[in-house]
Amino acid sequence: MALRIDYSHSLRPFDAHVELTVAAGETLALVGPSGAGKTTTLRVVAGLLRPDRGMVAVDGETWLDTSAGLERPAEQRRVGYLFQEYALFPHLDVAANVGFGAPRGASIDELLERFRIGALARARVRELSGGERQRVALARALARQPATLLLDEPLSALDAHTKTTVRGELHELLRELGLPTIVVTHDFEDAAALADRVGVIVGGRIVQQGPAAGLVAEPGDAFVASLTGASLLPGVARAAPDGLTEVVLDGGGSAWSTDAATGRVGVAIHAWEVALARETPDDSSLNHFRGAITSVVPLGNRARVRVGDLVAEISSASLDRLALQEGDVVVASFKATAARLVPLA
Amino acid sequence: MALAFLVLPVVAIFARVPPGELLSALGTEAAKDALVVTVKTNLVSMALILAFGTPAAYWIATREPRLRDVVVTLVELPLVLPPAVAGIGLLAAFGRLGLLGGTMDALGIDIAFTQTAVVLAVTFVASPFYVRTAVAAFEAVDPALPAAARTLGAGPGRVFFRVALPLAAGGLGAGAALAFARGIGEFGATIMFAGSLEGRTQTLSLAIYEQFDLDFDVALAISALLVIVSGTVLLSVKLLTRWRSGSTTPIPFAPSTRTSS
Repeated sequence: MALRIDYSHSLRPFDAHVELTVAAGETLALVGPSGAGKTTTLRVVAGLLRPDRGMVAVDGETWLDTSAGLERPAEQRRVGYLFQEYALFPHLDVAANVGFGAPRGASIDELLERFRIGALARARVRELSGGERQRVALARALARQPATLLLDEPLSALDAHTKTTVRGELHELLRELGLPTIVVTHDFEDAAALADRVGVIVGGRIVQQGPAAGLVAEPGDAFVASLTGASLLPGVARAAPDGLTEVVLDGGGSAWSTDAATGRVGVAIHAWEVALARETPDDSSLNHFRGAITSVVPLGNRARVRVGDLVAEISSASLDRLALQEGDVVVASFKATAARLVPLA
Repeated sequence: MALAFLVLPVVAIFARVPPGELLSALGTEAAKDALVVTVKTNLVSMALILAFGTPAAYWIATREPRLRDVVVTLVELPLVLPPAVAGIGLLAAFGRLGLLGGTMDALGIDIAFTQTAVVLAVTFVASPFYVRTAVAAFEAVDPALPAAARTLGAGPGRVFFRVALPLAAGGLGAGAALAFARGIGEFGATIMFAGSLEGRTQTLSLAIYEQFDLDFDVALAISALLVIVSGTVLLSVKLLTRWRSGSTTPIPFAPSTRTSS
């Protein structure tokens, strides 16, 4: 049971060309900027969009093969498609929404109970909270007994408070179902939490794919680096003694990295790798940047502190101990081993 | 001032004759005949407009934008046509000497000065009101909803009847009310194409014109009746459009009245 996709389609600013395979029980997250071809890929699989050229096969069943002139209409493809903002039918109640795609004679009560919406069976869509809508949409998609799941921004319509809980439940559900699943999201954190593998799609092409941790550790380009939440310092790289690479930064000064590179690069550095101090510390870090704090954003037990182009994530305890405030001049430090070099155009 | 100018003629119709006399004037043979002809022809027209106009509007609304604009413009043409031109056009097409006259003669069909002619005239001038409103109503349906229905296994017919039609219902009702109002007020095309024969082709609007010479009170009474009908139509259009905007606009982020467990 795997999902295989290979298509080309002309989108206005560029041509999309996507080729990927999702194994049974595997969840692939497609992340990327809006208009990159994420939703296009889902629509091709579901049969809502006929690509200029391509094939789609699920579980050995061919749904689309333009070279053989084969195209199964959308209503005959067993997909569980969760639409962005859910696309629930506003004129039907919850039970009728869930039952819409269920096979004749199927009981939907079990599904309603499983998604804890049994009590809402007679409720109209407009009476539901965001989390409830998401569960109704999932139950409706599963009532069709799909061979593959396509989730378009399943969490973006939820408020931050509900999101974390729902994300955990969704992850659990995807594991239970064991279907080949594609999740489209613009949020790398969601992708990392839900998917076994993350594919970064930019301008209609998959530019990098792998486990989320791999993308964080080794971003292939500047876009992937910033997507994973890293700060990016642009500059020109050249070889330095001791096997190090020196990057002469556009903003002045130099940064050192253990990655090998030459020419225009970005120094990608994750916020949790950046330490802050009042004075330049005598430690193992090779990179020290002195600058004024431009913003302090508390995040529960942590805080994100911006110093020039760098963002440091430090614990609230450290923030209090150092008594850091906007405008204070501090030294931001990170190790050469934590600085990833990504090619810049 | 401007408001008074718009309202005064309508008030004047009711002011001139006391309500009791208005009612008895409606009891005259001419008024009753005209009412029967109007109701009969307009019911048939509305049935035709709904039966053919609804699928046509859905078809138009789901085409690509450029084709859609061309077709909508064609549909709107009778809307801006002077009624007399519509009447001449119908005669030129369906009259005995018209484009289809020979064919219809051969089939033994003669529609001149019959209620069929009234129905054709009313349908011709009123249907664009319905179709253009219906196209807009179908277009207002969030495209994700029919798409969702298809991924849930619904073929084109089920998508139309279970999703598009109920979601566009408010707009369709408003369009039907507008077409109906235009239909019962139809005058120019009807008098040219079907004539004004009492009991056969004389509708309420035509009767007003004839009674205007014969018995002004009857003309006033029929006018009063049409004012009431038109007012009711206007009110129902307002209510239907309000209901429509409440039913098809998706409210994805509306604050919930419940809390999730």
